[in-house]
Amino acid sequence: MNVLQNVGIGSAINRVDGLQKVTGRARYAAEHPVPGLLHGVIVSGAIPKGRIVTLEDSEARAVPGVVEVLSHKNRPHVAWFDRSHKDMVAPPGSPFKALYDDKILFSGQPIALVIAESFEVARYAASLVRASYEVEPHNTDFHKAQAERFMPSKKRDTYHPPKNRGDADAAFAAAPVKVSAEYHLATEHHNPMEMHASTVVWEGDGSLTVFDKTQGPQNVRDYLAGVFGMSASTIRVMNPFVGGAFGSGLRPQYQVYLAVMAARMLQRSVRVVMTRQQMFTHGHRPEALQSVQLGAERDGTMTAIRNSATTSTSRYENNMEDVVIWGMMNYACENAAGEYAIAPVDTATSTDMRAPGAATGMTFFEMAVDELAYAAGIDPLEFRLKNYSETDQMNGTPFTSKALREAYAEGAEAFGWSRRSQAPRSMKEGRELVGWGVATGMWDAMFSKTSASARLSANGHLEVASAASDIGTGTYTVMTQAAADTLGLPVEQIAVRLGDSSLPKAPVEGGSWMAASVGAAVQLACRSVAEKLLSAAAKMQNSPLAGASMEAVRFSGGRIALRDDPARGVAITEVMRASGTDVIAVEETASAGISGMISQMRKSRNTHSAIFVEVRVDEELGVVRVTRVVNAVAAGRIINPKTARSQILGGVVMGISMALHEESMTDHRYGRFMNHNYAEYHVPVNADIHDIQVIFVDEPDPEVTPLGVKGLGEIGIVGTAAAVANAIFHATGKRVRALPITIDKLVDDTVAP
Amino acid sequence: MSDVAPISIAFAAMPITLTINGHERRLSVEPWVTLLDLLREREDLTGSKKGCDHGQCGACTVLVDGRRMNSCLKLAVSLDGASITTIEGLAEGDRLDPLQQAFMDHDAFQCGYCTPGQICSAKGLLNEGRARTRDEVREMMSGNLCRCGAYTNIVDAVMQVLESRGQIKEAAE
Ligand code: FES
Ligand code: FES
Repeated sequence: MNVLQNVGIGSAINRVDGLQKVTGRARYAAEHPVPGLLHGVIVSGAIPKGRIVTLEDSEARAVPGVVEVLSHKNRPHVAWFDRSHKDMVAPPGSPFKALYDDKILFSGQPIALVIAESFEVARYAASLVRASYEVEPHNTDFHKAQAERFMPSKKRDTYHPPKNRGDADAAFAAAPVKVSAEYHLATEHHNPMEMHASTVVWEGDGSLTVFDKTQGPQNVRDYLAGVFGMSASTIRVMNPFVGGAFGSGLRPQYQVYLAVMAARMLQRSVRVVMTRQQMFTHGHRPEALQSVQLGAERDGTMTAIRNSATTSTSRYENNMEDVVIWGMMNYACENAAGEYAIAPVDTATSTDMRAPGAATGMTFFEMAVDELAYAAGIDPLEFRLKNYSETDQMNGTPFTSKALREAYAEGAEAFGWSRRSQAPRSMKEGRELVGWGVATGMWDAMFSKTSASARLSANGHLEVASAASDIGTGTYTVMTQAAADTLGLPVEQIAVRLGDSSLPKAPVEGGSWMAASVGAAVQLACRSVAEKLLSAAAKMQNSPLAGASMEAVRFSGGRIALRDDPARGVAITEVMRASGTDVIAVEETASAGISGMISQMRKSRNTHSAIFVEVRVDEELGVVRVTRVVNAVAAGRIINPKTARSQILGGVVMGISMALHEESMTDHRYGRFMNHNYAEYHVPVNADIHDIQVIFVDEPDPEVTPLGVKGLGEIGIVGTAAAVANAIFHATGKRVRALPITIDKLVDDTVAP
Repeated sequence: MSDVAPISIAFAAMPITLTINGHERRLSVEPWVTLLDLLREREDLTGSKKGCDHGQCGACTVLVDGRRMNSCLKLAVSLDGASITTIEGLAEGDRLDPLQQAFMDHDAFQCGYCTPGQICSAKGLLNEGRARTRDEVREMMSGNLCRCGAYTNIVDAVMQVLESRGQIKEAAE
């Protein structure tokens, strides 16, 4: 007898692609072998703005092994119109077109691609390309850019403007307790471990197979088709494994454009890999300034919210984020006003990075809430509970579910919050000041139309497929579990295909919608297979399932059996054999609107979290250690507690990083990010990360998405940095309002009483 | 610039012998080729990853004569006669190295890109026999970045293997 392990939705199975990852067999974009491959190395421009006057490539061309040097002087034709260069998530504006002409829009802009028979020869030759420039005045100082702050007439389609209520100005003026603070977030770069890379396989007939580092293979395919005037059917984009992205792979990056351009020109296969330095020459989390003014009664009842923010964009595209809405949605407060605009700097266009908008806006709002709680003399957790709202205060709609109260309670319990003393600097231990902070996180629970196919073979082997991506988020595993759940097959009999533009249509992997969306699509497809199986089973001679409805049967252990009498059933392989079926193949599409999702407009859909953080601050050295984190998350149904926990851990680590480490530093004279490497752009190492506890609060929500799943990719980072900053205040008595909170900002006067 | 000789004339490829994952390989390599690029581009051993090419991330960690090293910082020609173990060489047939199994069981990765380097680094750490506590593992695994933030799970995985080998020191210090 073997006991059947439940592998369906809700079980903590190991990541199904784990074996490939721990054995080195998982191949990423730059790792697909191609005979006769050429290597392209990108030459980056040296000025932030102006024009290329001369570009000297004869020395590079003279190096044996160099095949071509591509630049604006000799590039093949690409589409003229901006709209042909727009990818499906591009913000309004005029997209950057590499090597298009002599114009320089940002420092590090690619100005040439050296293509050679070996990587080393290409790299050496690239160092011999010389350019001279005509330099134009530029500005990369975001504070100066405030003078050019504006609201574009054409907004990004994902943008949600704040909706004001009451009279925030009057309420703020009248409030007996108030805080007013300005916050600043440094530019951050995603820096996934895998650098952006593309291997373009020239298939001989003019068609291309492109292995690309992307979060959306169909987005890249359609983009390339537009840029190069190709039919989408002649381009197949593959991303079976993606070495992290966090948003940097939402839009096609310039290496794929350059690699395809070179492959088409030379009619050969080409690989282009960015250097780590070049990873600082495209999208980044926008720099941000936020001003938060909050008012309350003496008893801590919030009466006024004024929330205003600016984020950076480039001169050629208008990237926008939802920065100011979060606090306005989350808190019970009769008067609230939000205001948001963008300001251009001469860099590449900013782009979505993990929890875009919320990671910035909710963090600063939650830092301000902490200030207000202290101004009112109330415990910051109690303060949040006092102003708790069951409904979405900004939109005036109920939530499909909001178990934030439970998250606060379970998080506080696990953390031991009740043992906290309110006064700053009151919990010293040895040389270290101890601080405990709390904050709230919030993100959207989104759903995006997605298709999936399912194909059951006579031997009981199932393949499910969708053009979704797995950027470390666990999509392979989610799809496997959704299929296992519906058809009751063991994991070994289920194969998942994704990361291939030729598969059924799926959106880009982002916004935390993938699990809910592709999970629902797989479930639909498998359900359709199940229906076909049942009807075939019912037709078998002396079938125990004759006349049974879908509701009356259970698919489990490779069998279909009556729910009421599990002994009566048939094996799936038996059904296939008896009905003479070789294969059952279906494709289904899950779109918003199915199963209880009609309320999309009438209800708000959000994930929530409560984050508790302990820091220890060395008073003399200003060194901060985040020694304990408890993140309690209310995110509906959890498909796989193991991989779900990892997503939250990753978000928390990036939140700690946002609070303490990450900062792309610009030398404004050159308009360039100077710390463009892993040694100087700090991300946490293992020694920086201590205990992190993740709690998933029970939150049944059949309404939010078909599977009741809300998604987890972003929520882990939102609010985490605020909890760290608030804990640092509790430890030191010092409010640092510019992230990251580096040692210099703390030693400044921590020692002085 | 006329005094710069064409590179292919100035330096010919040099013969070296490496034992890679137990197989002896006689190779002809230009002196500017790193061990990492040799493995990835010429030996089709792409398990070793490139995350920076500057010795800053640890994604390229392999074992050279049993010691962990950043292969992006090693010129292949300087390793003539050495024995290299990459992630592809850790398992014996279908039998995974205990670290590989522990990484899977503890979900010690997400995207998996840093994983081969983490595992090789952990293998080197075990060989060194120095780390005996969680804090020591955290410290001595800090040359391997994980942008997905799997650190706590990585420590859990390494600790499990340390424990099974009896290399653990009781927490009380
Ligand atoms: S690639 Fe060698 S240390 Fe980063
Ligand atoms: S698992 Fe993605 S970088 Fe470590």
